[in-house]
Amino acid sequence: MSEMDLSFKAAAASETGGELLDAAPARPKIWRNILHHPGLMLGLTILGILVVLAVFAPWISPYNPYDQHLPQRLLPPVWVHGGNAANWLGTDHLGRDYLSRLIYGARVSLLIGFGAASIGCLIGVTLGMCAGFFGGIIDRVVSFILTCQLALPGLLLAMALVFLIGPSVGVVILVIGFLHWSYYLVVTRAATQKIRDLEYITAARAIGSSRLQIMVTEILPNLFSEIIVIFSLEVGVAVLAEAALSFLGVGIQPPTSSWGLMIAEGKVSVFLRPWLVILPGIFIFLLVLAANLVGDGLRDLMSNESRR
Amino acid sequence: MLRYASKRVVLAILVALAVSFAAFLLLSVATDPASAIAGEGAEPEVIEHIREQLGLNRPLLVQYGSWLLHVFHGDFGTSYYWHQPVGTLILHHLPVTLTLALSAIFVTLIVAIPLGTIAALYPNSLIDRLSLGIAVSAQAMPSFWLALVLIILFGVMIPIFPISGDAHAWNYVLPAIVLGAHSVPAVMRLTRVGVMDVMASDYIRTARAKGFYGYRLLSRQVMRNALLPVVSVLSVQLGYKLGGSVVTETVFAMNGLGRFALQSIVGGDIPTVQMLVVLFAMTFIGLTLLADLLNAWLDPRIRLA
Repeated sequence: MSEMDLSFKAAAASETGGELLDAAPARPKIWRNILHHPGLMLGLTILGILVVLAVFAPWISPYNPYDQHLPQRLLPPVWVHGGNAANWLGTDHLGRDYLSRLIYGARVSLLIGFGAASIGCLIGVTLGMCAGFFGGIIDRVVSFILTCQLALPGLLLAMALVFLIGPSVGVVILVIGFLHWSYYLVVTRAATQKIRDLEYITAARAIGSSRLQIMVTEILPNLFSEIIVIFSLEVGVAVLAEAALSFLGVGIQPPTSSWGLMIAEGKVSVFLRPWLVILPGIFIFLLVLAANLVGDGLRDLMSNESRR
Repeated sequence: MLRYASKRVVLAILVALAVSFAAFLLLSVATDPASAIAGEGAEPEVIEHIREQLGLNRPLLVQYGSWLLHVFHGDFGTSYYWHQPVGTLILHHLPVTLTLALSAIFVTLIVAIPLGTIAALYPNSLIDRLSLGIAVSAQAMPSFWLALVLIILFGVMIPIFPISGDAHAWNYVLPAIVLGAHSVPAVMRLTRVGVMDVMASDYIRTARAKGFYGYRLLSRQVMRNALLPVVSVLSVQLGYKLGGSVVTETVFAMNGLGRFALQSIVGGDIPTVQMLVVLFAMTFIGLTLLADLLNAWLDPRIRLA
């Protein structure tokens, strides 16, 4: 029926699907090799720094990100003529310290990235495992749901839903999460199908384990490596989606500091003060890049393990 | 072929029905159009009256049925916000988005296919690594940010392209680059994998043994087979472009469907938003169906599977 859509998704997700599946049964000892993978190390470092900034934001940021100093509006960063060392990266249109707002923006982005990726993971993995394990009519129904989900214009629907329900961090997480689970589904479905017929599953069945038990205790642990790769990539997708929503004014609302919103606020004077747009963009870029590097890197390590 | 095609068409129709119902349901539940039209602080009686007038107090399934019936008769409803038929509004905004999406696909192709092919012919070379780097960076860049950086660059430093509007062909250059860049990584990777697979196949070895080499080998034997998967993904990418047009058109102030969709959302114009979501989904379903049928026609193994 909808094998074509599945194979397309798998092709689009090209390397992940194929190579990871081969690695599925053996749990790879990857931690040793992480240090020797430059891309993965770079990704983990950037991600680590951003997580530290987000968690310890109240202690790290030089000012309160919501404090307005109207006489000191739109100060340039320290390296531009007219900048001063008190506000390293200058101030925004309300005189709020830009560096502090960027640091607090990491909180919103990471929260939404991890939150939405977790919700997507829960939906996608559950559906994927059921489709792969039971097969038959359940598989067909899940495939049909997947085909429908892929056909929906994600960004447009997310914008409409978030704005109409009422924009808040929670709603953004829920909506983005509920619209991004197809990747988990495709990969876990294929991996479950491969594992389902292995001998140890038959053995587990023979000693009287229930289906649910088998799925949770025997199959799920073997999907862990695939899931963590997709999770990492989906964090990047969710961060980009939130940034786009907030930029368009239908996501995070002021005065909360979100990088996408900061770009929207700085857009007005983009020619006079390009840094207002460029700085938050660099932060978004770094976070998404880090998430993608970690995902790609873990995938590399796992497929290398399996070739040995 | 006929059997396969009819199966695919039936599935596409089922998906179209399910998707339109989902879009209708989600957007109807998310908000109350009656109080949106009545405005803030309206009397409950006024809201109730509007609800009655628009038939919003009927069961959702009935509302969906009557909406579907109207759509089949070519009546796409009337916009709450613009006070015009939704169909007319969509037709008015369609040309800009269509032109933009096609130019974006063109940008994707002229960048991604050469890069992917060269990367595949010289694996692990400098250019392979460089193109991989470009792909990874392009995926991490928010499209609206890329748009603004291009605006800064071309608006101030090298003012050769216009940075807003949709009146001339030149207006489409920067938006097409932004929208096209988004698909470059996917198409490039697919081309790279495709070319590598084909180069390693037996029939290419045979062709080489027969004396084919260089450009002739590439154009006659390799590309034709390597680009098959790219063709089918392109149709799907074109569907994504429609959704991506929201951001691009807004930044570059182009009067297309994407910007129109955003304005309708912010205006709380449910019938228009519903119709746009359904229209984008239908385009996607249609293109995927076309790609499937094209693939099956080109490759008989798919039909029999």
